[in-house]
Amino acid sequence: MPTPPDTAWYPVARSDDAPARHIFHGQLLSQELAVWRADDGFVNVWQNRCLHRGVRLTVGDNDGGELVCRYHGWRYANRSGGCTYIPAHPADAPAQTICNTVFPSVERFGLIWTTLGSDGEPPLVDTLEGASEFGLRPLPVNAPADVVLDHLGSYRFAPAGALTGDPAVRVAGIGDASIELVSTADGHESAAVFFVQPVDAARCVIRGVLAATPGEALAIPVLRHHNHRLSVLRDRIESSVVGHPPGASPAPAARADERSVVPADRAGLHHVRVGRRWDEADGIVGFALEPIEGQLPAFQPGAHIDVHLPNGLVRQYSLTNGPGQTRHYLLAVKREPQSSGGSSYLHESLAEGDELHVSAPRNNFPLRRDVTRTLLIAGGIGITPLVSMAHALSHAGLEHELHYFARGPEHLAFATEIDRLSTRLITHLGLSPEATGVALRTMVADPGPDTQIYVCGPGPLIQATRDAAAAAGWPDQAVHFEYFANPTVLDQSSSFEVSLARSALTVSVPAGRTILEVLRDHGIAVPASCQQGACGTCSTRVLEGEPAHQDVYLNDSEHRAGDAMMICVSRSHSDRLVLDI
Amino acid sequence: MSLTEVSAVCTDRVILDRWHPISALAETTPVPQRTQLLGAAIAHRRVGDPEPEVWLVDDAETPDAGPPLPVLVRYGYVWTSLGDPIDLFEIPEFDEPDRRRLNAGSIHVATSAPRAVENFLDLGHFPYVHTGLLGAEPHTEVTEYDVDIVDGEIWATRCQFFQPQAAQNASGGQMTQYTYRVPHPYCVLLYKSCAIDPTRRDTIGLFLQATSPETCRAHNFLCMVDEESTDTQLRRFQQLIFGQDKPILENQQPKRLPLDPRVETPIRADKSAITYRRWLTELGVRYAVVPAD
Repeated sequence: MPTPPDTAWYPVARSDDAPARHIFHGQLLSQELAVWRADDGFVNVWQNRCLHRGVRLTVGDNDGGELVCRYHGWRYANRSGGCTYIPAHPADAPAQTICNTVFPSVERFGLIWTTLGSDGEPPLVDTLEGASEFGLRPLPVNAPADVVLDHLGSYRFAPAGALTGDPAVRVAGIGDASIELVSTADGHESAAVFFVQPVDAARCVIRGVLAATPGEALAIPVLRHHNHRLSVLRDRIESSVVGHPPGASPAPAARADERSVVPADRAGLHHVRVGRRWDEADGIVGFALEPIEGQLPAFQPGAHIDVHLPNGLVRQYSLTNGPGQTRHYLLAVKREPQSSGGSSYLHESLAEGDELHVSAPRNNFPLRRDVTRTLLIAGGIGITPLVSMAHALSHAGLEHELHYFARGPEHLAFATEIDRLSTRLITHLGLSPEATGVALRTMVADPGPDTQIYVCGPGPLIQATRDAAAAAGWPDQAVHFEYFANPTVLDQSSSFEVSLARSALTVSVPAGRTILEVLRDHGIAVPASCQQGACGTCSTRVLEGEPAHQDVYLNDSEHRAGDAMMICVSRSHSDRLVLDI
Repeated sequence: MSLTEVSAVCTDRVILDRWHPISALAETTPVPQRTQLLGAAIAHRRVGDPEPEVWLVDDAETPDAGPPLPVLVRYGYVWTSLGDPIDLFEIPEFDEPDRRRLNAGSIHVATSAPRAVENFLDLGHFPYVHTGLLGAEPHTEVTEYDVDIVDGEIWATRCQFFQPQAAQNASGGQMTQYTYRVPHPYCVLLYKSCAIDPTRRDTIGLFLQATSPETCRAHNFLCMVDEESTDTQLRRFQQLIFGQDKPILENQQPKRLPLDPRVETPIRADKSAITYRRWLTELGVRYAVVPAD
């Protein structure tokens, strides 16, 4: 019998080998696999190796949403396999490129199927479609898969209900790596399909499935019957291959196709559909964006995506997802009264079923999880990244409280969701700026050791929090903030020269134009996103000169250090700047 | 097997021409004991002072005799070589008279010697592998430290890590300071702030006997400033720690240390491991590693 290609689909486990919070160690064609089910039911089939130092992931932890490596606590997300947290560097978001090798998975006939390729799906077997299938004990055999398939044609078993009868068995069908047998005796009939999982060149597992579940009293006798008969078959197969080694065991199989389970277009964008849209609070609409194909890239708490709207605008929105919630990206969008077409489009025109493109998540607001206490401070729609953080902190069992400033109770979003977490939620409703200041000064009065502050919301709230924290003696590094927009009134009146150290080019930046614009005029591609000094994408190293900072991304100490600047808004105090470009 | 055949087992001149530990001196006996070094069967026995005998078992029929191998007794261990060994590294603290010097255990590990060295250099695993002893969540950060090559040895200095209970009499956690030193491709030492005398540092070593490219015996060397603990207590603690590392080491794939930095995913915290891999490449080590080329 010809061997099917290495890229075919094979069963690698039974569905009940992957109960909640367990990691099953499987193997297919020499590739070791970590098979685990997340709390949302999704079954992950991954290369069984942490990317960091090669430790088997099967000795790690399945926490329900992420797989955690036993060695250094690296966390990998449900579905995409992207790394979400590296505890040795708690202040950094892991690079998007740190992503485990993930294989597609499908559950069918009570078995978990995968492929080392990336296309297609498990075989359809008419006999088992819609049947009340009954899985037999998987039987490992020390023989190559093609030899086992040949022998399975001579397997003799009796139908349930006539186990002691004299059965007639016929081959009812032959698949690439399966065989279907029908046994009849004394007016009873049983159909069985046997799939063969090649473990490596010399070993395989026979996975038998009966098309009908025997009655309760018969279940154990039927299992025993097959255990006995299959063991006899195994002994016969193994004695037939003694002295016939299958040749050198192949190296671990490489993926036949390098296409990722996280497909992106050439611009790096992901094609998504609005799976659900709902009213989250007064003036706030929620959206769940699902991948049209494959999986979405991993994210961390604090991350945002660029949403490319059909009207040509690009807007950044924070993800509100908790760890392991990887089926879709969750956004909450407030309708801005002065909307230039972003939030108003989303509110008025974006409906369930609509398709759009989004960027991979970026994180300028990463959450440290190496502290004993965390203060989250949200103003209005600034709640969104903090909801994701509250999920992660609750999941990790870390103490935290969330102060939520809003105009009134009807403007509170995510109240029910937060209620299900271990978060201590304190709402501050309808406060005047003065009362807000008093509340902020009270909550940051004690800069305890090992405590961090995360604040997101309107510019004045962030500024007031930073001022209050600085006055109470908090170090800059303990106060993390994310502006939705830069409230600074930008001054573009200066003119100066910029020398590019690596490009050996000097350009003049006139009044009214930004460094970024002038560089682009000269054909120099610099990554940039918000272009208002808020997102950090265009951060550039300063080698000489004194930058005139106008961004809100860097903190005060970083501004004073003067060795980095946001070239989309910041300018120069000196006549000349030398940049590391 | 003759000496020329040994080089068929390990052809790596850099490794052959080194001293390798094969037993604690205190554990040698007048009855010959067999062991393995770099794929070769060897044996040793104590024949009275000063030095034991070590020989190559080149004929399985007569395991108690064979071509003699060079012998060095240092730091409480018997060292030998299958080549022309360069001088063994110095451990000046070993000669301080009030130090406790002992072998805390010689333990077989189903991984390569360099994987064990690299694990010994690593701080980031303390909260996950040595939970409650050398580290504890959520204190997981590895702060920046310095790594340099001094006189042909790797030195990692200014290393520190949060330790939940730094000493038996300490209450609460504190930052513990470490210095690491790699003076030999398969030997590594650490100097750790001493619980009893803040002016001195405990010295702990891991000397690996590469039995094959993918297996080793780890000799746990202690040289401590400690008047309180019994030998058994010192050994028990070190064996507890190493017993926690062993299953991790045995679940690393591949077992040989990959020297190409692209094969695994190093981070800033791995500065000493990155230097160690580059240093092995520059020395030209090919045994028990996956070379970069």
